[in-house]
Amino acid sequence: MAPSDNSGRTAVDAPDARGVRLHIVTGKGGTGKTTVAGALALALASGGKRVLLCEVEGRQGVASLFDVAPLPYEERRIAVGPDRGEVFALAVDAEAALLEYLDMFYRLGRAGRLLDRFGVVDFATTIAPGVRDVLLTGKVFEATRRVERGRPVYDAVVLDAPPTGRIGRFLNVNTEVVGVAKVGPIRKQASSIMQLLTSRQTRVHLVTSLEEMPVQEALDSVTELRRMGVPVGNVLVNLVREPELSADDLQLAASRSLDPAHIEAALKEAGVSADPDAIASLVEEGQQHAERVQLEVAQRQHLEEGGAPVVELPYLADGIDLGALYELADELCRSGRI
Amino acid sequence: MAPKARPAPRRKTQPTRGGHPRVGPLTGRLADVPALDIDALIGDRGVRIIVCCGSGGVGKTTTSAALGLRAAEQGRRVVVLTIDPARRLAQSMGLTELDNTPRPVPEVDPAAGGSLDAMMLDMKRTFDDVVEAHATPEKARQIFANPFYQALSSSFAGTQEYMAMEKLGQLHAEALGTGRWDLIVVDTPPSRSALDFLDAPERLSSFLDGRLIRILLAPAKGPARFLSASMAAVTNAVTKVVGGQVLRDVQTFVAAFDTLFGGFRARAEETYRILKDNQTAFVVVASPEADALREAAFFVERLGEEGMPLAGLVLNRVTTSAAPGISARAALAAAERLGDTEPVTAGLLRLHADRLSRTSREQTLCRRFATAHPEVPTATVPALASDVHDLESLRRVSAAMAA
Ligand SMILES: Nc1ncnc2c1ncn2[C@@H]1O[C@H](COP(=O)(O)OP(=O)(O)O)[C@@H](O)[C@H]1O
Ligand SMILES: Nc1ncnc2c1ncn2[C@@H]1O[C@H](COP(=O)(O)OP(=O)(O)O)[C@@H](O)[C@H]1O
Ligand SMILES: [Mg+2]
Ligand SMILES: [Mg+2]
Repeated sequence: MAPSDNSGRTAVDAPDARGVRLHIVTGKGGTGKTTVAGALALALASGGKRVLLCEVEGRQGVASLFDVAPLPYEERRIAVGPDRGEVFALAVDAEAALLEYLDMFYRLGRAGRLLDRFGVVDFATTIAPGVRDVLLTGKVFEATRRVERGRPVYDAVVLDAPPTGRIGRFLNVNTEVVGVAKVGPIRKQASSIMQLLTSRQTRVHLVTSLEEMPVQEALDSVTELRRMGVPVGNVLVNLVREPELSADDLQLAASRSLDPAHIEAALKEAGVSADPDAIASLVEEGQQHAERVQLEVAQRQHLEEGGAPVVELPYLADGIDLGALYELADELCRSGRI
Repeated sequence: MAPKARPAPRRKTQPTRGGHPRVGPLTGRLADVPALDIDALIGDRGVRIIVCCGSGGVGKTTTSAALGLRAAEQGRRVVVLTIDPARRLAQSMGLTELDNTPRPVPEVDPAAGGSLDAMMLDMKRTFDDVVEAHATPEKARQIFANPFYQALSSSFAGTQEYMAMEKLGQLHAEALGTGRWDLIVVDTPPSRSALDFLDAPERLSSFLDGRLIRILLAPAKGPARFLSASMAAVTNAVTKVVGGQVLRDVQTFVAAFDTLFGGFRARAEETYRILKDNQTAFVVVASPEADALREAAFFVERLGEEGMPLAGLVLNRVTTSAAPGISARAALAAAERLGDTEPVTAGLLRLHADRLSRTSREQTLCRRFATAHPEVPTATVPALASDVHDLESLRRVSAAMAA
C-alpha cells in the first residue's frame, strides 16, 4: 500500500487527468454506474482513441447498455466514439481468467481442466480470500498494461466496478491476498496490481444521485480510497434534474404559500379550466418538488465538502439508449474533468 | 405449481383508501389487479414470519421496518431483523450498534399491546457464534485463526444470506421458546438478485459438502485411497500457483470444520422447511422499473416452484399524480403558452406533465407484470418526497401500503 493519509488528499489525488489510463467507476447500485462507465468510455474515445470498457460482475450490463449480444470472454468492439475513436468491451469472468492465467504461466492444459473438475476453480474463485478479485483486477491490469508494437493497445481502460459497498475490499487485493498466499506468483501479481492502483495512472470515480444513501456511500468511499492510497477522480452526480421553479418560488412552494387564485387565473389565460381540487393538487406537487430540491441542495453541499471535484450529469427523461450515452459523454467532455 | 392457497385470501374486493374511493388517473393501482391486504396479513396470528425480498435498493429494509412498526402498533409482538439499514433509519430505530442484539425501538405506540424490537445482522458475528456453539473451544480457536475461515465468514458471496437464514432460525426458536415475539419480520441482504436469498445457503452448504472438500479431507482420514495420480496433479498445480502453505491452511480449515458440516446442513434444511410452512409469508418488493419487476417476476415464479407461501407484491416508490382532469399534453401546451410570463404556473404544469408521463411509463411496466402474474395481490407505496428515516415516515409508508 502507498503511504496513507487519513485526513486529506493523498499525493496522487491530483486534479490533473492527463496520463490516467485506468478509470474505475463505482457508486451505490442503481445510481447509474454502468451507464456512466459507458458514457465515460465514449468520452475517452473521442479524438480517435481506443478504449476498453470492462465489467466484472457477470451481469452483461455493458451488452445491454450498448444493445449488443451478450459478451463472451473476449474483447469486442461495441461502439465508435466521436472522431473515429473506438470502444471495446470485455466481460471479465473469474473462472475463465483463472484458466487463462494457469495456461499462460504454467501450461496446465490437462491439469487445468482437472482443477475445474475437482472444484478447485470454484474454490479458488469463490472462497480463497481475494483470489477472485486478484483474477478480475488482474485481467483489467493486463489490458491496461498491454503493449503491441511498442505502444499501448488501449489508450484508456474503464472498469465498471463493484458498488461502493464492496469497492474497498475489491481494490485492496494486496492485503486480502497477504493473508493467504505469502509467496508465489499470485502474491507477486497482487503487488503489481496494487502498484498500478496507487499510481497516477489510476482514478476511481464515484457515481451518485442526489439522495441521502448514495451520497453517504460515495463520501465514505472517498475516505476509504484515500486511506488506501488509491487516487480519487471525480464525484459524478448522475440523474440531476433542473428545478422547475425559481429559488424564490421554491421557497413559497415549500410552505404551500403559492397563491391558488393567481394560478387559477394563469391557467384560465392558458385555456385550461381547472377546479379547486386540481389546483390544490398542482400546489401539492409543487410542494413535493420543492422538498426534493431542498434535499438535493443539502446533498450537493455534502458532496462539495467531501473534497473531490463534482461533475453533474442530467437525468434524461426519455431513458438511456446509444444516443443518450453520447449525450452524457459530451457532457463529460465539456466538464473538462476527464 | 401455484403458491400455496391460504385459508383467508388477503385480497380486498373493493380497492379503497381509508374508506374513500380512489380518485385520480392513477393511485398506483391497476384496476384489475387484486389488492394485497396488509392489515389482514399482519393481523393474521397464524403468520409468524414475514420475509421481504426483492432486488437491491427497491425498499426491502424500508418495507420490513414499516411492516414491523405497523404490526407492533396493531398489537403484535414483533422483532425486525434488518440487514443493511440506511444510517439515519437505523439511528431512529435505536440501532446504533451492530451487535446482533434485538432492542426495543423507542417511541412505538404501545396502546394496542404490541411491541417492536429491531436488530441489525452482524454476519461475521453470527458465523462466529455458530462455530462457538458447535465446536470445542480448542477447535473454535483453530477455526477463527484460519485465513480461509476469515474469508468465508466475512466475504464469501452468500454468507450474508446464509447467516440471515441462520439468524432467522435462531429468532424463531427463541420466539417459540420464550414467547417474546409472535412475529418475525426479515429483511434480506442487498444482493443483486432476489433469488440469491434462496440460492446462496444451498450454494454454501453444497460447497462445504463438496467433492473438493472431501478429497482434501481424505488424507486426514487415514489411508489415502482416493489419492490418484490425477489428484496428485491437482495438488501439484495448486501448490505451484498459491504455494504449499495455502494448501495446508485449506486442509486445516477443512479438517477443523468437518464436524460442523452436518449441523450446518441440518439447520439450513430446517430453516428452509420453516420458509415453506404456512406460518411464513413472503412479501416481494419492487420499484416500478423494468429490472426490479423482472427480478420480482423471477422470484414469484421461484416461490411457486418451491411451494413457498407468497403473500403478494409491494410496489414501492410509485409516482403518483393527483391533479385530475389535466392531461400531460394539455399541461405541456399550456406551459408553453404561458412561457416566461407566468413562470410559477408554467413550472407547476411542467412538473405535472412529467409526473404523468412517468406514471404512465410505470403503469405500462406494472401492467406487464400483472398480465404475466395476475394472481399476485399487490400493494403500492408512493415515492415520498424525502427519504424514509424516522418512525413518522415509516408510518406513512405502512399506511400507504395498507390503504
Ligand atoms: N442520466 C440518466 N438519465 C436517465 N436514466 C438514467 C441515467 N443514468 C442511468 N439511468 C437509468 O438508471 C437505471 C440504472 O442505471 P445503471 O447504469 O444500470 O446503474 P448501476 O450500474 O449503478 O446499477 C437504468 O435504467 C438506466 O437506464
Ligand atoms: N416510498 C419511498 N419514498 C421515498 N424514499 C424511499 C421509499 N422507500 C425507500 N426509500 C428510500 O430508498 C432508499 C433505499 O431503501 P432501502 O429500504 O434501504 O432499500 P433496500 O433495502 O431494498 O436496499 C433509502 O434511502 C430509503 O429511505
Ligand atoms: Mg451496473
Ligand atoms: Mg436493505
